[in-house]
Amino acid sequence: MLEFRKEYFKDERDDRLNEVGQPRQRQDMLGHVTGRTRYFDDHAFEGLLHLKVLRSPHPHARLRAIDVSAAERSPGVKRVIRAADVPVNKNTLLSLINFGKDDEPLLAVDKVRYKGEPIVAVVAESEAAAYEALTKIRVDYDPLPAVFDVEEAIKPGAPVVNETYPANTFEYHEKYNHQKLRFGDVERAFASADFVVEERYQMSPIEHAPTETNGSIAAPETNDRFVVHTCTQALFFSLGTAAKLLDVPSNRLHFIGGTVGGGFGGKVDSLTEPLSILGAMLTGRPVRYVLGREEEMQYGCPRGAERHYIKDGVMRDGRIVARKVTSYFDAGAYTRLSSYGAVKCIAHVPGPYTIPNVHADSYCVFTNRTPATAMRGFGITGVDFSLEVQMDKLAHKVGMDPMEFRILNAYRDGDMKAHRREAHNCALVECVQVAAEKAGWPIRDEYRRMNSLTGGGGERAAIPATATDEAGRIGAGRPASTTPTRVPAMPIPPPSREPQPAAAPPRVAPPPRSAPPPAPSPPPPAAPAPREQPKPAAPAPQHGATRFSSVFGTRRR
Amino acid sequence: MAKTPVQFRLNGADKAVFVDGGENLLNALRRGVGDMSTKFGCGQGTCGVCTVLIDGEPQLACLTLAETCAGRGIETALGLADGPNLHPLQTAFMEHFAAQCGFCTSGMLMAAKALLDRNPSPTREDVAEAISGNICRCTGYEPIINAILDAASKRGGQASREQGHARV
Amino acid sequence: MTVQVKTFGSMSEAAAALASDRAARFFSGGTLLMRAINEGDTTIATLVRSTDPGCRQIRNEGARVVIGAGVRMVDILANRDLAFLHPVARVVGGPAVRAMATVGGNLFAPSPYGDLAVALLALDATVMVQGAYGGAQQTPLEQFLAGRDRAGSSGLVMAVSVPRPASPDAFRFRKVARVKPKGVSVLSIAAHLPATGGRIAGARVAYGAMAPTPIRARAVERALEGRTLDAAGIAPALAAAAEGISPPTDALATAWYRREVVSVHLRRLLLGEGS
Repeated sequence: MLEFRKEYFKDERDDRLNEVGQPRQRQDMLGHVTGRTRYFDDHAFEGLLHLKVLRSPHPHARLRAIDVSAAERSPGVKRVIRAADVPVNKNTLLSLINFGKDDEPLLAVDKVRYKGEPIVAVVAESEAAAYEALTKIRVDYDPLPAVFDVEEAIKPGAPVVNETYPANTFEYHEKYNHQKLRFGDVERAFASADFVVEERYQMSPIEHAPTETNGSIAAPETNDRFVVHTCTQALFFSLGTAAKLLDVPSNRLHFIGGTVGGGFGGKVDSLTEPLSILGAMLTGRPVRYVLGREEEMQYGCPRGAERHYIKDGVMRDGRIVARKVTSYFDAGAYTRLSSYGAVKCIAHVPGPYTIPNVHADSYCVFTNRTPATAMRGFGITGVDFSLEVQMDKLAHKVGMDPMEFRILNAYRDGDMKAHRREAHNCALVECVQVAAEKAGWPIRDEYRRMNSLTGGGGERAAIPATATDEAGRIGAGRPASTTPTRVPAMPIPPPSREPQPAAAPPRVAPPPRSAPPPAPSPPPPAAPAPREQPKPAAPAPQHGATRFSSVFGTRRR
Repeated sequence: MAKTPVQFRLNGADKAVFVDGGENLLNALRRGVGDMSTKFGCGQGTCGVCTVLIDGEPQLACLTLAETCAGRGIETALGLADGPNLHPLQTAFMEHFAAQCGFCTSGMLMAAKALLDRNPSPTREDVAEAISGNICRCTGYEPIINAILDAASKRGGQASREQGHARV
Repeated sequence: MTVQVKTFGSMSEAAAALASDRAARFFSGGTLLMRAINEGDTTIATLVRSTDPGCRQIRNEGARVVIGAGVRMVDILANRDLAFLHPVARVVGGPAVRAMATVGGNLFAPSPYGDLAVALLALDATVMVQGAYGGAQQTPLEQFLAGRDRAGSSGLVMAVSVPRPASPDAFRFRKVARVKPKGVSVLSIAAHLPATGGRIAGARVAYGAMAPTPIRARAVERALEGRTLDAAGIAPALAAAAEGISPPTDALATAWYRREVVSVHLRRLLLGEGS
């Protein structure tokens, strides 16, 4: 049952709701229950051919020689497609928005970088004929050492996965090997914190496993176009990607999407359209390329593995004074969307809390695993889970109720976030209060009286002077503020239980890194000329002002 | 290569197709007859999206050799409705929001029909068992189970709800 | 390239066809062979089938029951004489698979499949095989399984003959799977535990998914001889649970995991604890 708590923020909105809160039937539900909903494969074509792909059995290997002559002669085979047949055999998904370098071939040329990577495609009269032909292809592999762990991959001497990024990390704007967030001085805050808690969180890749596997059917249309029925969740992504790889104007491609048999993010990488279209171009007939279930599990892109190190400094009274996060995203062998995932991660750190000192690095790392892609909030869900588990550990450390702990540290309207934006329309306090009420979880009166609209701003709106990083850069300080490293005291009730005994040493040894840790330096006596325009005193953001975007750099869109 | 003719009844109508040696019923239905309601999900008997009824029993079309269906009666989701009138299972699925992407729905409906045709008053456990061979990646199964129990009760059987199962 | 399908009226004709073509495979329920064809196994050139109704019969012969190779799991579940096998047939696949999978096919199912064969091994079943020249042979299931994957083995499984368990409680079966009610075995255990005066005499214990075929856990059987089925009595058997066993590593579990947990599940089986 959907319940509206309209008493919250009621002065901020028009409360008349006509659609929200009413049950409405899906427009495709009748089709689903009558078996008439059309998925990409539910289209009949006369003369349909079937495409199957030979895939690398090795996670990392040189391709010494490929012999397809026997496959070409195999009964029922119409065409064998090699790397040389692909008009533009290098791409990266986000080249659609000019982000990143082309790093991934459609068909492997001289090297394979993950188990399952496509090498040769066979187009035949039937699936059985195509499978038969695959067994007749001879490939000479020269296996290479492989790397499967993000931290191993960034060590000096690790095997180079993807020569486009020889250090095994994605390069942002051709200069930076990670995303960076700096606010205040975490090392000074750790030194004066009552407790320091350091943990490591990690997850393996997760497979979407949609009931409908990835696939597409491409067929010549009468007007020198190709019609493509596809499972894609991202019709324009797929159309643009296919147009680029096949070097055709996009108006020669007629993409028809529609109902996706379960996407969850796993159908945005255009895994099958370019090859099915190329097959149709080379044979003049409709071509169907659908992944089998084992292919879907092995070759179909997963949510990439992640590892997060979180180190927090917390005071006895429950205030978090410093948070340091280092995140590693396992992109697998090619970039796809992982570069963007690492950006999203940085945007979510340190969580919806006002913390006066924040230091975060987020890396997109290449390994010899299946290239990762989007899935249900990729870049965010893993780090948010890690942050929230960490919040529980902190609450336990200081002997505080975990709900009250969150209410205490939650951001309020007017607070300055670590990203140098003022927080507006905060509602975490209210969410926690209502959740506690629904769960029958008692919280004390003082915490039930707190809200997002009061207690924020003022000195909490300060941008502190920020410690220099390894490259000698700092963030711009706001001239009006002084003594930036402490959050000013607000009325805080005493913790309900005795806190744990004095600061425990970090439980996990810091990870080994190839770069030396930043040497904290004292804040500069006066703010030197910042690179960006200084923010005006009034906090309203201005459209058209030069802004720095992690994705687009300093360009204005 | 010579093809084999196969004749069977599909949703009450006589059908004839020519199949390749070794061709499965899933392909024969989709490409031969043009009935696209039965889907491909795994080809190995794990996901259940290709569930059809053959002579009233649930079977997996992807694992069925097409020519073994000669002379038999096959039912797919396209045969559930009676003209413009939906089968109670179809109505119940709609009312309970028992589908999102819809890809598993045909198979689920056929597995449910196999249950209700045999057992008009299933328990919640009976329903879970009946759809245990059908994977859904979207709904979390609860709306589907509720829909099947609801359809059973509307058809005149008494759907007995297992004690202690909260309706979310 | 396309598969040839040959259908015969009688099992003997089918047996002769198999004998004359070493590459032919006998098609029973199809759950194994169709999967292989779907997944691109190009070595399957010919399928041999039989429409012989005799292979779908279940014959009650007093102390034994003879189950035709074409009997399906749903047929076992519908037959009261085979009530002792119901706990096994019930956990093979889902409802549709049970309406297709046969007893004969289960004898050939590769690990981790083949739960019914595990149960039949514990019950000391014999397999009736029809040779090329019409002669029928009875082979203990253990011997049959040891030779089943050997190239060149021919003959057609006609039926399985199973002795009834000594008492209703004497036969136990447990399938360990991550997904319930339907899932593939991480391991399965079947045990026939006849007892005289409360002490085990002549136990047979079989494991599934712990080797390339179902196998007997001989060390466990020896350790159970003369024991009572209580915590103290079964302790030596639990200690010997993995003795002489080299479990596989597959997509479901590692060898290490299987070796770690087999004694836990054996204990639950022997003490009749909940699953």
